[in-house]
Formats: sequence, C-alpha cells, structure tokens
Amino acid sequence: MTDTIFALSSGRPPAAIAVMRISGPRADAALGTLAGSLPAPRTASLRALRDQAGDLLDRALVIRFPGPATATGEDLVELHLHGGRAIVASVEQELSRLPGLRLAQPGEFTRRALQHGRLDVIQAEGLADLLEAETESQRRVAIAASEGRVSQTAREWLGRAADIAARVEAELDFGDEDDVASHAGYHPASDAGALACDIEYALAQPSVERLRDGITVVLAGPRNAGKSSLFNALLQRDAAIVTPIAGTTRDVLEAVVSRAGIPYRLVDTAGLIGDTTDEVERIGISRARDLIDRADLVLWLGVPDDAPSNALKVASQCDHRRPTDEHDIATSVHVPETVDALWTAIDQRCRIYVGWSDGMAFRERQREDMASAARELRCAANEDDPLLQAEHLRLATRWLARLLGIDAAEEMLDALFRRFCLGK
Amino acid sequence: MKQFDVVVVGGGHAGTEAAAAAARRGACVALISQAKSQIGTMSCNPSIGGLGKGHLVREVDAFDGLMARAADDSAIHHRMLNRSKGLAVQGPRIQADRTRYRNSIARQLSTYQNLTIVEGEVVDLVVSGDRVIGAILAEGDTVRSGAVVLATGTFLGGKIFRGEERLDGGRVGESAAHRLAARLRDLALPMHRLKTGTPPRLDGRTIDWGRLAPQPSDDDIWWMSTMPAAERLPQLACAITRTTPRSHDIVRRGLASSPLFGGAIEGQGPRYCPSIEDKIHRFGDRDGHQIFLEPEGLDDHLVYPNGISTSLDARVQQEMVTSVPGLERARITTMGYAVEYDHLDPRSLDHRLALPQLKGLFCAGQINGTTGYEEAAAQGLIAGLNAAAHACGLPHVTIDRAAGYIGVMIDDLVLQGVTEPYRMLTARAEFRLSLRADNAETRLSTIAMEANCLSGQRLFHVERRRELRDRARSGDTNIPVKDIDILREVEEDARYAPYVARQEEEVARIRRDEKIVLPPATSLSDVPGLSTEMIDRLRSSAPSTLGEASRIRGITPAALAALWLHARKAS
Repeated sequence: MTDTIFALSSGRPPAAIAVMRISGPRADAALGTLAGSLPAPRTASLRALRDQAGDLLDRALVIRFPGPATATGEDLVELHLHGGRAIVASVEQELSRLPGLRLAQPGEFTRRALQHGRLDVIQAEGLADLLEAETESQRRVAIAASEGRVSQTAREWLGRAADIAARVEAELDFGDEDDVASHAGYHPASDAGALACDIEYALAQPSVERLRDGITVVLAGPRNAGKSSLFNALLQRDAAIVTPIAGTTRDVLEAVVSRAGIPYRLVDTAGLIGDTTDEVERIGISRARDLIDRADLVLWLGVPDDAPSNALKVASQCDHRRPTDEHDIATSVHVPETVDALWTAIDQRCRIYVGWSDGMAFRERQREDMASAARELRCAANEDDPLLQAEHLRLATRWLARLLGIDAAEEMLDALFRRFCLGK
Repeated sequence: MKQFDVVVVGGGHAGTEAAAAAARRGACVALISQAKSQIGTMSCNPSIGGLGKGHLVREVDAFDGLMARAADDSAIHHRMLNRSKGLAVQGPRIQADRTRYRNSIARQLSTYQNLTIVEGEVVDLVVSGDRVIGAILAEGDTVRSGAVVLATGTFLGGKIFRGEERLDGGRVGESAAHRLAARLRDLALPMHRLKTGTPPRLDGRTIDWGRLAPQPSDDDIWWMSTMPAAERLPQLACAITRTTPRSHDIVRRGLASSPLFGGAIEGQGPRYCPSIEDKIHRFGDRDGHQIFLEPEGLDDHLVYPNGISTSLDARVQQEMVTSVPGLERARITTMGYAVEYDHLDPRSLDHRLALPQLKGLFCAGQINGTTGYEEAAAQGLIAGLNAAAHACGLPHVTIDRAAGYIGVMIDDLVLQGVTEPYRMLTARAEFRLSLRADNAETRLSTIAMEANCLSGQRLFHVERRRELRDRARSGDTNIPVKDIDILREVEEDARYAPYVARQEEEVARIRRDEKIVLPPATSLSDVPGLSTEMIDRLRSSAPSTLGEASRIRGITPAALAALWLHARKAS
C-alpha cells in the first residue's frame, strides 16, 4: 500500500496557527487515533488531540477531505494546530509512530496530485513557482500556470496542429474518396505558418526564469566615475531591496530590487583602466568586462565614445560636470529627481525584456519544445510534398504533446475521425 | 482421435493465412471450417488492398503468403490509389472476381501436403490446466493439437440485423458459432461486441450503365505479389454514381426501424466505413455520397455498390436504391445487413497474438477487433507462424513498428485495444516514409528467411532480386523488365533518405526502450509512485518492456519514470 505522508504545510513556527496535512490511505485512521473520533467530511470540527498515553497534545480544528476529489487525489486530513514549535514537534512525532505514516519529502504532496491527475506537469511547475513568487509579475505568471491557463494554451496549439495534420492525413489516406473531396486542395501552409507565428510570439516573451532572475543592469565605467554612489542612490531611492549580495570579490557588488513588479539585478563593477599590475584589480576588470557582455543594460559612466553597445550613457555628477550631447541622461546623487528619471529610463529600456502583461510565461524546458514545434511547423509550411508536410506536422505535434506530456498520434486520429465523413 | 501440431478455426482470410503460414514452417495443420466450399470467401466488398491495406498485402506476400497471389489470380480491375503522391502512401487495390479468388485460395492451400481441411463446427476447446490442447467438433470428435488459432470472423456469436428482422448467423445464409462463443465467455476471457455491415447486392443487368461515369482499370501493368500470376484477366470498368437529397430523405424516414439507431445493436461499428444511415445522420449537410458500382466477377452479373452499407428495413433499402441515378430500375438480389459479433479485447494478447493466460491459444482477424480482409490476413500470418513455433518448438516471429505495418497494427492492438473495428491507415505508421508498399520484400525477407517460411522458389526469387537491388543501388540500371519496380524502389529510397536517417534515431530509441524489461503486471503495486489509475491501465495491456508501456494511451511521463527507476533497480 502507498505510504501515508504528513508534513507541516504552513510557515515555520512559532505562528498563530500551524497547518499539518496528512495524505494517503491511512489519513482517516491517523486522525481517528489522535482525535478519538472522525468528524463529518469537509466540516471544520474542534477536537482534542491526544498521544498514545492519552495526554493532551493540543486542541485543534480538524477537517477531513475524503479522496479522490482532494488536492492530492487521496484521502486528506488537515490539523489546524496552535503554532508553537513544541506542539508541532509533538504532533509530528505522534504521527510518525503510526503504522504506514511517514514525513513527506519536499514536493511530495504536489507529486501525488500529479500522479492522480489532479494537476498536469505545467500546473505543477506553476504551483512551485507560485510558492516561490516574490514579485507581482512572478505571482501573475505563476497563477496563470497553476490555474491551467498555460496548459490550455499549449493544448490549443496541439489541437490546431493535430487538426492541420488530420487534414493532410485525410488527403493521404482518403484522398481518392469523395467524402473528403471538399477538403481536396487544402493548403496547410497558411495554417501551419499561422500556428508557428503564435508559438513564436509566445517565445518572444520572457521565460519564467527571466522573470524570476530579473533584468541585469550593470554599472560600468572608469574609476571614480561615481558608480558606487549611483549604485547606492538607485537602491536607496527604492525601499524594496530584496537581498543585497556581496560579490565574491571585493570589487563586484550585486543587489536585487523590485520596481513595478519587475525584479532588477543591479551590479556595481570595478573601474575599468587600461593596464594594471595589481592581480586583484586585473581579475576585477576581467569580471567587469564579462558582466558588461552579459548585461541586459549597461549604465555607462565613462566617455560616451567608449560605451559598449547595450549602454545607457549616463553623465554622472552633473552638478559638477556638464553633460555633452552624446549623453543619454544626466544624474546627480544629490538631486533625487535625476535618480528617479534614471530609473524611468532604465524601465523604458528594459521593459522589452519583460514587457508583456497578459501574464503567461513558459519555462526554458517548455520553450525548447515550443521552439522545436515552431521550427517543424515552418518546415511544413514551406514544403510541397504532402508526405513531407505530414512528417513535419507529425514531429510538431510530438513536440507539443511532449510539452503537455500526452500522446499526439491519438490526438491526430481523433481530429481526423471527428471532422471528416470518411467512407469508402 | 486425430493429432495435429496446429488447429486453425475458421476458413476466412485470417484462418487460411494462419494455416498456410504454420504449414510453411513445417507444422502439421488442420484447418477447420463449417463449410469447405466457403473457404476463402470475400464476405463483403470484392476488393483487396487500398491505402495502408495494400502495404499489409505486400508484407504478407514477403512471407510467401496467399493473399497477394490470390488477388493477382482474380483481379478484374486495378487501381493504384494516391498515384500522384509519394510511393510511401500509394495503395495498390484490385477488384477481384469472387469465385476466382476463392478458387485461388483453395488451389494454393491444396499444394500444402501437411495441411488438412476438416469440415465441421468447433464448439469447444480442450483445456488442460492453463494450456489449450485441442478443439472439439459439434459431432463430438476431438482434434488434438499443440496450438489452436481462432479466426472466427463475424461468426463468433454472430447476429444479423436488418430493419426489425433478426437472423442468427455470421454471414447471411450461414450459421453462427454460438457454443464456442459461450465457451470463451465461460473461460473468463474479456469478450465484447462489435458490429459491421454490408450493402445490398444488385443485378448488374438492371443498372443503366450508359448514364454513369465509368472508372476504367489502370493502363499500366502491376501486380500485388512480387511473384505474380502468368497473365492478367480481362479488365472490367466500374461506374460511379451518387446518392441524392431524395435518397437522404428516404433514409431519414427509415431511421425509425433502424437497428443502429433504435439501440438494438450494442457493438460499435467502424467510423471510417460507416453505413449510409450513419453518413446521413452525422454529415447531414452533404447533398450526396459517392457510390462505386463494382462488378463481382467476369461471368457473374452481380454488382457490389460500394458506399451504401446499410441495415435498414428491406423496403427502405429498395426505395433508397431506386432513388439513385442509374439505379432507378435496379433489382436487389441480396439485401444489405449489419452483423454483430463477439471479439476479444486484444490487450489480453501478446505480440505473437497469443493469449498468455491460455498457453497454446492464438487469435487472428475480427476476433481481435479489426476490420478488413488485409488486416485479417496479416494477423493470420503472425498467429500461424507463432502457433507453429509454439507447437514445434521453433523461435517466435514478431515484427516491430519500425519494420512493417503488420508490426504497427499488432502493437496498436495489444497495447491500445480497440473501441471500434480497427482499420489500417498509413497515418498510424510513424515510420511511414520507410515503410512503403513497394519495399516490403526488402524490409521483411530477412525476417521471413529466419522464420524458415519461404518456399525454395521464393528463396531463389528473393536472392535474385536482392542482387539486382544491390546492382541498382550501385548505379547499374540494366535491370530485367519484369523487375523494373526495383529501379523505382531504389530511386524512392534516395528521395526520402535524409528524413529516413533522422527517423533512425527515433527507431533506435524505441528499440532501446524495448530492452528495458518491466516487472510482471501482478507486481506493479510494488512499484513506488504508481497511482491506482496507472496500475489499472498497465494491467489491461500488460506491457513487458518500457517501450511498450510508453505507447499505452494515458500513461504519464511520471509513471514511466517510476517504471524506469524500478526496472533499473531490479536489474
């Protein structure tokens, strides 16, 4: 028999309440042992929980959810305990004593939901993201995935691809029969191309990883250009510093900050100079150049002519030095309005990376399957031989099915039989 | 009491191929049929081949089977379907003279010295423990054998429907096998019902041919078998007509007495070979459906109207037929009907078409939930080869999805099961680009040789053509005229070579997953992380490898991962 698992499902104690979840075939039995009797299903009831010796552990609100219509698809019990460390520990200990019960592994409740078909893979991943979401855009994206909107979109793509494949297959398998004659001369190119476009559009949007890891903005320029003060000013202007991280070397500093729901990773680098004999400085400079290459945006505080291609040319210390025409923007850490203006400029430049707001994003794993599907659809659209069109469409449906974890051939045959009157 | 290696029950397309295939491997075979004169009869349309089906015929031919040569012996109309498309989806289809087809099958069977035809009805199996060791005839005779092949077609529990009429039988005028059906249910085998249908037959002398568009036979000469008959029979033309809105009104009015719509038939019929009432009910917006008028023989005036299979009341059938242009005065000689019959859930079979729970029992054809002569013949071949293997201690013979349509069909049947009669389609074959009707000999003759089921003449033929093929591949186009198909085969190989090369990776992955052996179905509950639903699905199909499990509908990646981990731990 499957193990019955339990774990604390709310935050770490101490807290006002701690919710302990028990899932599996012995969930009711465990509740019966602790509470003496079973309450009616889906009704919150107050029960005294007692250990083996009959001593009171806690007075808790208990709810039982009989399977399979539960979050995990199994019998599920929730114990709403008082949120003290000792209470939680003693209940856990009591539960682990019961036969067939054990502490859940991380993610095991979700895995069971997946196994029992309560969630699909995309929903499960979305749920994991939702639990980790730290910014508003992450939350929106994760909700979209866990609520099944992302799966729905992927399923719609698969349905369309299966439909195009079915039309091509109908031509191949029943082309000589009159009952598909009204579809004769069907050109799948435009439908395949349109579907490729829709998938490519979704691919042009930021990935889940991009939204989670944020946009990298690197401050760079020669020594003493005012990078560090600007770095601090940019952070101080915004109270929502999430995690200041010290660089691994003394001259690179990173901080993550959230603005308007978008996470930014700000990086302060070592000043760039031509030659140096200092080994530490040399490493710092090399790291700085590396970061400049990988940055989404560089705030360049040096001479505008030396700016890298992805740079916003900032005339810093504008209260001391006059900006030139080649500068994009002028700032002074002593004039808060100029720092706000810089943030606005950063937002404008970076919004393209996360600039889409219908709240759906795909993971890198999913995006690989999508890109492969789009590529095959493009090939199908450019192919004249129906046999090869069919081959590319078969591969496209397989990639989309892989995205969803289902069988594509069946999907295509269903579309074939549903739509067409086929007789011989 | 007689003793054989293999007993085959049923003399249709599955049964005759099974008997012949077992005999070619050297088994001593009894073919038992209720009516000796009906062996090799085409119950429905008088044609062999078509898209996907033509592939199966050629594959059976590569194993030296009967069907392709019988088709060549009796073909009175040839049509290469999809002629404008690539060879991989071209479908050779012939129309046969029914009598000549049956005679050819009988003649071919008579050349097997170790094959005996027994007339009688099999009413029971002799079961000893978990083994089947023979069959019992209605008269009480017992025929002992090492293996039994059931190829009962529509006869197992067959019931005929026409309007409100109910007849007992597997074909009109021939009685059903009820006692055997009851016996199989007693053995607790997973039996279900399916249905199929056939159109009324017309007297060709009452058809106004002059008004209809003729469809002549192909001009160029091609054969079903690579070892064809001496010469072609005279060719006849078919004609094409259509149902009219008036026909549709007649059918709609007649639906009240339809056994299909009145709920009398529980079995599911084939979606892609629907009755005319189904077509009109489901696709009511169409103003006409095509009917091919196919002559049934050179010296026979019967005509098969392909496209109006029906089980409507006889009066409605007559009225409908006369509403069709060219058939205004047509006389129906036999009314159309639907037939419902017992079949076995093919998921209880393994890839040899054997039933693991009853050792020595093999099943082929409609009993496994398929429709079509070609599907039946191909299963008959595999069941026959493996029944002989079981009885005589020879190696078994299976074909995987990458090697042939036969493999695709059997893999689909034993892993997915059926919800309607299964028909071969080229769309079912993922490796379609390399599985062509024209290269069946190239693909399968090695397996056939290893199975030791080719005649000396066929072996010589295969070897000779293999050399020609090698020469053609190295650029020598000097090939004898009668083997000119080899040049086209080699050209077509080159055309799709890059795609075929890409698919080889896929094939390699499938074959790798076939090597990962799973625990028996009974111990699936020991696999951690498998939900009850997954265990149920896996139990019905009993996959023996990870590859097979991955092809079962609804098996999730999570379940496959759990199986894989478990298999790895076990090994």
